Amino acid sequence: MEYLSIFFDQVYKIIFLLVPVLVSVAMVVWLDRRVWAFVQKRQGPNVVGPFGLLQTIADALKYAFKEIIIPSSSNKVIFILAPIVTMTLALIAWAVIPFSATQVLADINVGILYLFAVSSLGVYGIIMGGWASNSKYPFLGAIRSAAQMVSYEVSIGVIIINVLLCVGSLNLNDIVIAQQDLWFVIPLFPMFVIFFISALAETNRPPFDLPEAEAELVAGYQTEYSGMMYAMFWLGEYANILLMCAIGSVLFLGGWLSPLEIYPFTLVPGPVWLILKILLLFLLFALVKAIVPRYRYDQLMRLGWKVFLPISLIWVVLTASFLFYFNLLPVN
Amino acid sequence: MIAHSIFFYTFSIIAIVSAIMVTASKNTVNSVFFLILDFISISCLFIMIGAEFLGMIMLIVYVGAVAVLFLFVVMMLNVAQQKNQWFSSEDNSKHIPVGLIIGTLIFVELTIVIGGWKYKPDLFDINNSIETIKVSNTHSLGQVLYTDYIHVFQISGMILLVAMIGAIVLTFRKREGVKIQSYIKQISRERSDGVSVIEVESNKGVKIDD
Repeated sequence: MEYLSIFFDQVYKIIFLLVPVLVSVAMVVWLDRRVWAFVQKRQGPNVVGPFGLLQTIADALKYAFKEIIIPSSSNKVIFILAPIVTMTLALIAWAVIPFSATQVLADINVGILYLFAVSSLGVYGIIMGGWASNSKYPFLGAIRSAAQMVSYEVSIGVIIINVLLCVGSLNLNDIVIAQQDLWFVIPLFPMFVIFFISALAETNRPPFDLPEAEAELVAGYQTEYSGMMYAMFWLGEYANILLMCAIGSVLFLGGWLSPLEIYPFTLVPGPVWLILKILLLFLLFALVKAIVPRYRYDQLMRLGWKVFLPISLIWVVLTASFLFYFNLLPVN
Repeated sequence: MIAHSIFFYTFSIIAIVSAIMVTASKNTVNSVFFLILDFISISCLFIMIGAEFLGMIMLIVYVGAVAVLFLFVVMMLNVAQQKNQWFSSEDNSKHIPVGLIIGTLIFVELTIVIGGWKYKPDLFDINNSIETIKVSNTHSLGQVLYTDYIHVFQISGMILLVAMIGAIVLTFRKREGVKIQSYIKQISRERSDGVSVIEVESNKGVKIDD
């Protein structure tokens, strides 16, 4: 009985986390298309529901009623598993994101490592989809995407080390609390910029959307997918983007902390601040998509390995020496 | 504790079955996927015994990086061709004695290593004392790694670095006649390098000198 009550308690918490995440993914797709349209002086989706807010739900319904086509020459098990893996990995990472000092599903000691591990697993959904399709364009797209994600993960890892040096803990709530006096975006501003660009590359967003560059590769690893399986890839991608925004706001923008600890700001609860920060970062993602042209592949690799990695490594040394010299190293 | 042992046996059965499937499955790509499943369940076991740092590092390093490289290499191979070469019926039995010998060797080595295992003298005292019970896994690992074992740690790091540089040097070839875009040239190109405005006189035309 005791186990059952613990079990149902957890299930209840998980549902209350996942349903808002899925709804906000749908809203964020709408926001992305809307921003994109406004930059190009169009209206964007504005017909279904107020301001077109229900557009994504209409799209998802359409996908749900479409037939799923599985190519006869594909590896069927892996072909079906690929979108499931993408979607699952995009959702399980939300377990450790702290919405306030107490509102976190799993307050584990190695939260940031867990996030890093889950985001490094994200590449499997794409490789599996690309390989199992048994077709040229998906395979090329998958290989591109895998190389790109592995490269940019390295610099994200080094950037995380920068933050951890200032915090002295791998727990996400500790990281947020360490920013009480000063958000890390100010002392580590160059790292924030590199993190943002790496996050664009990690989630295959423009200008780094080479895995699905429609002019060269049709739709990359998604070419053979249809119906709900395509929709799962698509929603998983947006859930990943939201997750990257959440990681960025926890690491650099103070997570659920309010910008100023004075009267009118302190009335607003922590989760609202976190959501506002995630939305701000997402708005930047959407703007970048609208205004920046696509990179060439060799430029993309050069940027990751020859520019971002050295800069972030040097910054680790600088941060460590600065903290050591001024005796600011966090000791607990 | 029932839930604990249920989880333990689930993960260990998955680990063992997928380890067997790595060797048993005929498709090499499937083998790699089973290997990944094995890594994941092993890291779950690590987390269950309280070694959460080790489990996460296992996920990041093995699943996130090493297995991706395996998958890359295996996907490049022609699987259909391999099936005929390696898994034909008669040749299979030839490899069994060799595999058995290697397996026994590794088993004996492991037994020797585990039998002669020595713990750090005050290791258990640190873990059992009440004040330091709050110290996290990562913290205590760092304290051991960067104090008592700093030399071994640094030397292993150097060995890995040397191996990496060695691999790069061995595979690096300067190929002749390859056209490469020089990004410095591309970025530093000005409007005046490509465009010039010329006053054209009528009936004379323009002569472009190059």
